[in-house]
Amino acid sequence: MAARAEELPRWRGNPPRSVAVGGIVLGCLAFLLALPLGHHIPTRQPWVPAAVGILAIAAGIWAVSRRAYRLGWLAVAAGVIGIGMGVLATHAAVGNLHYVVSWTPLFTAMFVFATPLTYAALGGMFCERSGVVNIGLEGMMLTGAFFAVLGADKFGNWSLGILCAIVAGGLMALIHAFVSIQLRADQIVSGTAINFLALGVTGYFFIQVYGANGTPGSISQVPDVNIPGADHLGAFGQIFGHLNLLIWVSFLLLFVSYVVMFRTPIGLRIRSVGEHPRAADTVGISVYGIRYGATIVSGMLAALGGAYLSIGFVGSFNENMTAGRGFIGLAALIFGNWRPFGAFAAALLFGFSQALAFRLAQPWGNSAVLFQALPYVLTLVAVAGVIGRSTPPAASGRPYRKQ
Amino acid sequence: MTEPPAGPEGGGDREAVTAPEPLSSDPTAYAPTVAERLATYQRLGGVVTPVITALFAFFMGGLVVLATGHNPLRVYKGIFSGTGLDWFFHFGNYHIDIPFTNHHVFFWWNTSIVSNSAYNLQQTLILTTTLILTGLAVAFAFRCGLFNIGGQGQYLIGIITGLWVGTSFPHMSHVPHVLLTIVVASLAGALWAAIAGFLKATTGAHEVITTIMLNWIAYWIGSWAFGQGGALQNSTNPALPVSNDVVPSARLWAFWGNPALQALHVGFFIALAALVAFWFTLNRTTLGYEVRAVGFNPEAARYGGISVSRNYVTAMAISGMFAGLAGCLDMIGYQYRFGVLDVQTSQLGFIGIAVALLGRNKALGVGLSALLFASLLYGTSTRSLNPDVFPPTLAGNLTWMIQALVLLFIGADVLIIYVWQARRKVLRPFGIGASPRRAEGA
Repeated sequence: MAARAEELPRWRGNPPRSVAVGGIVLGCLAFLLALPLGHHIPTRQPWVPAAVGILAIAAGIWAVSRRAYRLGWLAVAAGVIGIGMGVLATHAAVGNLHYVVSWTPLFTAMFVFATPLTYAALGGMFCERSGVVNIGLEGMMLTGAFFAVLGADKFGNWSLGILCAIVAGGLMALIHAFVSIQLRADQIVSGTAINFLALGVTGYFFIQVYGANGTPGSISQVPDVNIPGADHLGAFGQIFGHLNLLIWVSFLLLFVSYVVMFRTPIGLRIRSVGEHPRAADTVGISVYGIRYGATIVSGMLAALGGAYLSIGFVGSFNENMTAGRGFIGLAALIFGNWRPFGAFAAALLFGFSQALAFRLAQPWGNSAVLFQALPYVLTLVAVAGVIGRSTPPAASGRPYRKQ
Repeated sequence: MTEPPAGPEGGGDREAVTAPEPLSSDPTAYAPTVAERLATYQRLGGVVTPVITALFAFFMGGLVVLATGHNPLRVYKGIFSGTGLDWFFHFGNYHIDIPFTNHHVFFWWNTSIVSNSAYNLQQTLILTTTLILTGLAVAFAFRCGLFNIGGQGQYLIGIITGLWVGTSFPHMSHVPHVLLTIVVASLAGALWAAIAGFLKATTGAHEVITTIMLNWIAYWIGSWAFGQGGALQNSTNPALPVSNDVVPSARLWAFWGNPALQALHVGFFIALAALVAFWFTLNRTTLGYEVRAVGFNPEAARYGGISVSRNYVTAMAISGMFAGLAGCLDMIGYQYRFGVLDVQTSQLGFIGIAVALLGRNKALGVGLSALLFASLLYGTSTRSLNPDVFPPTLAGNLTWMIQALVLLFIGADVLIIYVWQARRKVLRPFGIGASPRRAEGA
């Protein structure tokens, strides 16, 4: 990490990165300019997005040549996508465009879709930073989703539902921790097992408790936070005025995770255990203890994401309702380079692409589902190192044996 | 934070380091511990641990069944009779037809298709076919030290390309069409998996991450291809999110049962041949030698002049070939069509992980554990399990739990040793069971 830090200095006084960010903005602008922005800007000519997009690509290439790989390639990609979408948009009917690109619902949907991913990614960050690979995020999330519904239904109170979800997710993570830390089993095998186990346990008890009728419609749901007067604050107020409580909690937990991970001794211990467990052990850090703690926290966070899905967003539970969101969370974590804000940005990007995919289903039909694959393609490109390698914690995936 | 972990494992190891004892100081040291005996069994072919693992998983599953108010023995008996494996226990004086002739020879078992257990057995063996191949897809990569989580994606790609070729060219003659479909689908699966191998070889990207991503990309490609307006969607009914049917010239020959009700197809023999090919490639060819060498120790292999990166790509490609073949055989063998809903619910590629791990990544083991999991899957399905005995919806989830437990225990085969040690540590203060020699296997 130190070598990387020298190679790529931080933000201030780093023109390539700034230019690359400018390129990304230009790429988005290329698309925006093609949209009917109102009566004031009557452009909608194909050459406008093309010209702006080419500028974005140029900025990106310059940044890449100055070794700002990731941001530079992102700018190039933004330029290409901006030109493509922009030219498409200038040919599209105005009515369809108004439906797809109505910003307020689109951004609200982005937060709705991004929140489970954020929880999963934050959970995964704790686990992987401590050196335990967590493929089982999906399963822990599913467990959280089911037990949140069960708790909220049986106790009649959403807060107890959330508590149940956290406990169940933590227990699931404890199994993963015991098998992969204590018994030193392969962490991938154990994570896969957790996914299967969650599928079986939630499905079994769902059928056993609720049967064919599904969960009752009257489940106590996590309330939305209605900020008084927000509707008068324009689009911004409309987006943030009615978000679910658990979305705000995810924002809070994002900052808490950052502070814990990078500004406290506990975070330093977690990271050192993940990078070099032997050294950490030598200076008296309990490797097993830290890994147990981090894994259990990760299960609790993933379960919160599941609880948001079931009693925050939908208000019911279906078998396998997470449908791969845990894996997108994992992808966001990797794409965000195992950092909280990076993972959050990736989660927002992936959430946005999901929201857009749903919106695009109107004019494009079924082809819009290909948009759902975007998170995975981007992550594949990111781990391949084309746009600046994503580097996992050094000891990630290796069981530690105390000497 | 400065204390060593309080876990019994850590404490025990510390003790072993601080107080080493000469091995031959005590005559009782020659008494083999459980761990040593277990290690011997593993050297004898590694049969014991998988069997114990499976039994233990079934036992735990039975506890869940018991806890929710059902009789586990009755449930397992119901599942077993649903698998059709009881067919083997009905001996008699029957005969079997020799293909392409009018002759028939004596056979112990009744191959008549009207028998209910024969039908169930056909279905179990159809699933076994798929699981053998998806299991081999995981096992081959494993022998090269790669964890191929992407069996499901490669399986889907095999389905997509298999359907593409199998639903096109209606005027081709039978044998070339079948062969073309199989070859194209296997190659597509191989290419799909080789992406992960290539990225691992060139950039070091971890194959677990890349194959997970490739799984989901394949998932969405499938959802698009079979969805409304997709490339392979039904051409007669544009509202139906299902592919066209495989044309008759691309369908595999069924050799047992009624093809209208999903008969056992010759793909079963292709899967058995794949098991032999797997064993032969790994144990009798240079390619297999190199793959295993890389799997044992990449650094040593590289030092010995073996190209590690080329073997990563080859091993992943061969793995993907098995999974792609599995998808293709399912399509041209008995399913003939695939829909968006099938893409979402299909899990056979994932189950391949459990098959390979329980089978210890060996040919025979994969074959047997594929049979086990196929029996479990079909025996708990709505078509075979008597709902009076146990609701199939519950049983399907019980299958998932048993699989998960198998994976957990197989991943932690030190568990038995661990429990043994913990027992001794509990007993030691009372002066019972103390042995000067510690287990080596832990």
